[in-house]
Amino acid sequence: MTNHWSDIKNADVILIMGGNAAEAHPCGFKWVTEAKAKNKARLVVVDPRFTRSAALADLYAPIRTGTDIAFLGGLINYLIAGGKVHMDYIKSYTDMSFLVKDEYAFKDGFFSGYDAEKRRYDKSGWEYQLGEDGYVKTDPTLQDPRCVWNLMKAHYSRYTPEMVEKICGTPKEKFLQVAEMLASTHTPDRVMTILYALGWTQHSTGSQIIRTAAMVQLLLGNIGRAGGGVNALRGHSNIQGLTDLGLLSNLLPGYMTLPGEKETDYEQYIARRAPKPMRPGQLSYWQNYGKFHVSLMKSWFGGAATKENNWAFDYLPKLDKTYDVLQVFELMHQGKMNGYVAQGFNPLNSFPNKAKVGAALSKLKFLVIIDPLATETSEFWQNYGEFNDVDPAGIQTAVFRLPSTCFAEEDGSIVNSGRWLQWHWKGAEPPGEAKSDPEIMAGLFLRLRDMYRKDGGAFPDPILNLTWPYRVPHEPMPDELAKEYNGKALADQLDAKDPTKVVKKAGELLDGFAQLKDDGSTACGCWIFSGAWTEKGNMMARRDNADPYQNGQTLGWAFAWPANRRILYNRASADPAGKPWDAKRKQVWWDAGQGRWAGSDVPDYKADSAPEDGMGPFIMNPEGVARFFARGMMNEGPFPEHYEPFETPIGVNPMHPENAGATSNPAARVFKGDMEAFGKASEFPYAATTYRLTEHFHYWTKHVESNAIIQPEQFVEIGEALAAEKGIKAGDRVKVSSNRGYIKAVAVVTKRIQPLTVNGKTVHHVGIPLHWGFKGVAKNGFITNTLTPFVGDGNTQTPEFKSFLVNVEKA
Amino acid sequence: MQVSRRGFFKVCAAGMSGSSLVAMGFAPTAALAEVRTFKLARTTETRNTCPYCSVGCGIIMYSLGDGAKNVHASIMHIEGDPDHPVNRGTLCPKGAGLLDFVHSKNRLKHPEVREPGSKEWKRITWDEAFTRIARLMKEDRDANFVAQNADGVTVNRWLTTGFLAASASSNESGYITHKVVRSLGMLAFDNQARV
Repeated sequence: MTNHWSDIKNADVILIMGGNAAEAHPCGFKWVTEAKAKNKARLVVVDPRFTRSAALADLYAPIRTGTDIAFLGGLINYLIAGGKVHMDYIKSYTDMSFLVKDEYAFKDGFFSGYDAEKRRYDKSGWEYQLGEDGYVKTDPTLQDPRCVWNLMKAHYSRYTPEMVEKICGTPKEKFLQVAEMLASTHTPDRVMTILYALGWTQHSTGSQIIRTAAMVQLLLGNIGRAGGGVNALRGHSNIQGLTDLGLLSNLLPGYMTLPGEKETDYEQYIARRAPKPMRPGQLSYWQNYGKFHVSLMKSWFGGAATKENNWAFDYLPKLDKTYDVLQVFELMHQGKMNGYVAQGFNPLNSFPNKAKVGAALSKLKFLVIIDPLATETSEFWQNYGEFNDVDPAGIQTAVFRLPSTCFAEEDGSIVNSGRWLQWHWKGAEPPGEAKSDPEIMAGLFLRLRDMYRKDGGAFPDPILNLTWPYRVPHEPMPDELAKEYNGKALADQLDAKDPTKVVKKAGELLDGFAQLKDDGSTACGCWIFSGAWTEKGNMMARRDNADPYQNGQTLGWAFAWPANRRILYNRASADPAGKPWDAKRKQVWWDAGQGRWAGSDVPDYKADSAPEDGMGPFIMNPEGVARFFARGMMNEGPFPEHYEPFETPIGVNPMHPENAGATSNPAARVFKGDMEAFGKASEFPYAATTYRLTEHFHYWTKHVESNAIIQPEQFVEIGEALAAEKGIKAGDRVKVSSNRGYIKAVAVVTKRIQPLTVNGKTVHHVGIPLHWGFKGVAKNGFITNTLTPFVGDGNTQTPEFKSFLVNVEKA
Repeated sequence: MQVSRRGFFKVCAAGMSGSSLVAMGFAPTAALAEVRTFKLARTTETRNTCPYCSVGCGIIMYSLGDGAKNVHASIMHIEGDPDHPVNRGTLCPKGAGLLDFVHSKNRLKHPEVREPGSKEWKRITWDEAFTRIARLMKEDRDANFVAQNADGVTVNRWLTTGFLAASASSNESGYITHKVVRSLGMLAFDNQARV
């Protein structure tokens, strides 16, 4: 989230789209009802199903799954054409006046530079024009046809309300009502927040959907504002923290990135990640990348990371491509992997095309499961009849199952969606011989290290030199690890202004990432978490819930990264002169007397940069401003474009009916065999979407008796019209099949799903809750991801769980 | 004197009896469920965070056992933390069932192995599990580690074993997991964020 949960109460308009907070995040949704009750806020819900969020909405609009870019693109067109934009905000805080290279073009569904064979773009033309001074050329008068504003205007002029209706199935009048309500927040005194979740990420165009939303919020001047922002309601309790810590194939902690095999020169590796400002007077904060990186390497490799060996740069593996989970299971399926460890993760249920995932696991030599619960993945080799019809004798994988503690049995911190690191305490011993995850990692690592020490082996250096300073080596404690990622001084740190003063003595914990150095004199395991555990103590354990400004910021509760800041980009809550846009929502402001920024939040800005210096509010961007034009940062193009899901119920992209290559995302990666496994509407006519129930959490709560009692059995949800067409009554058992397999479940027939008219054709949706499996205390059921397609978003590779095709028949 | 329900409870827990407080005129403003008060009065309160979704609701766990070395604490009640600025004491149907997650009969209790082709689990010791897994990992790493790519560039990567990290484990678990995994040169490394 750019903002956070309690901040939702500050909104005037709330858009829930690509999510269903009332059911999936009920206690966070409370702040939506708070805004409605106390702030006269209006709630707008756009969803294929009339969810419980929709039931409380002031305005609900149905939409066909996978068409959100068309809807949001229509909004952009509506706002620009109607002049409903916050012009003072976007003139100063966005790239609208920047000039774009002449090579950039968009035609027939493709951007310039497309290579159809490789399904990839040459993105070099998607850049700004540079002047002789090296800075980006701009036209503040907005007359130049190559300025971002004019290119964007032209791009979205095609997204008319009629086109929105044709693609999304949303009646034009409904769309216009939504557009009008959202547009009301373009004035400085009104703010809208957008709440989304997996309903946006789990599409082959997911990242671009979210970008389109960000563009809408920028046009309305709602980024950096209390009650505003683009807010991802993350799924799991610490998926935010584990992402922040960089546990992804191409990342390092704190959103640093691993080197590719073409950038083995250390200086070049750093330089590419520490961009110089693209406009005069901008901060471009990533210029500090070297400080964050060297401090990480000192934290991991201590004395073995020296200036001479480029801070152990060779210890880091170099990427030839991204090893996301779809790529890894593809390799496993090809028999190219031997071992796999699943720590608190149930891939057989969680990944698309269960048949392929099960077959892939069967080709492993060994599989290690670390989990508090008996997961389906741990028994993928066991025959569970129709739910998992395999022959154990034919599966030669050795499977180890290691019991781990759960939340109640350990100390530690987790990061909520609002970026708050909250500490928790152990309340009981774990059952049996279960151990904590750090203990299990230590058990494996220490044995590996001993074997390499004794017997040698392939490149043992990083293993032998990994720092392991823990009081009890086989049981690293949470406080030790938290202090390690916070960072400490390795040598005395002197005051930059007065070198006779020691700011930090060697060994002391750092106050925050501003103290990091690239000379090897500081260590820090995750720069954005620096400040979480300082010499003052554990900041994550703070419990002062005082809210002196009554705006929900509670700066004394826990610790929010970065630097305890509650709302990102909050400099944009004030006008260019440093005065809040809205006196009712004072967040940060320029205090001329003190010569500093002050506020009810920690300013997201250089604290002493006066407004007249002209520094932009988006200090992480080398432009200093926010981007409507994504340059080469997105794989499908600088402006989001509507493409159909890979399994489309209409078989054509109404934006580009003449170009079959632009039906679905032209830059999405599709593996051989998976393209053939996509179904066609002639055989599988219904648009399916998976979803979650308020009584269950993924695949865990089917192990929990109280949840199994209130929601015991697998079902699928179909509308009354489809049920009548198929002769299905509520309570009948139905078989739902895709081109990859089938599930059987009870039919729930509702008014919540209505047929939509799309491109002249009637489209029915089928809603499929995903909480069942063959392990648990609820009734056993089928794994929903038996049905889903093995294709991901063009940037993140998040699977397209939310839009695929099925057939439904009586079982 | 205003005494909140929680403040009243704390005073009681500190050793004064409820009746003497009432006798002194310090009656709480809301009626108390006496039976519940006495049941919780013997427990230890521990602050924690709900492990399900990302709202991060504050919870209070009540456990029996006084923290003595020879007493095993057992959690017997979990409820929302009224001081928490986000959930303010509320819990959803998932969070309200947390006690049954802690005590689920499907909790794993011992290391086990399923040998190739077998139909069943066999209980093993932690030492056997760690040693066997470490040996399998080392064999695979030593056999398939790529020090240099085809162009002779140093890449130091290990691609034939992968690691899938959790989504609800703590930052401290995640941090040390990342540290260990990268030191091995592993790239097939992801967490739930990708799905």
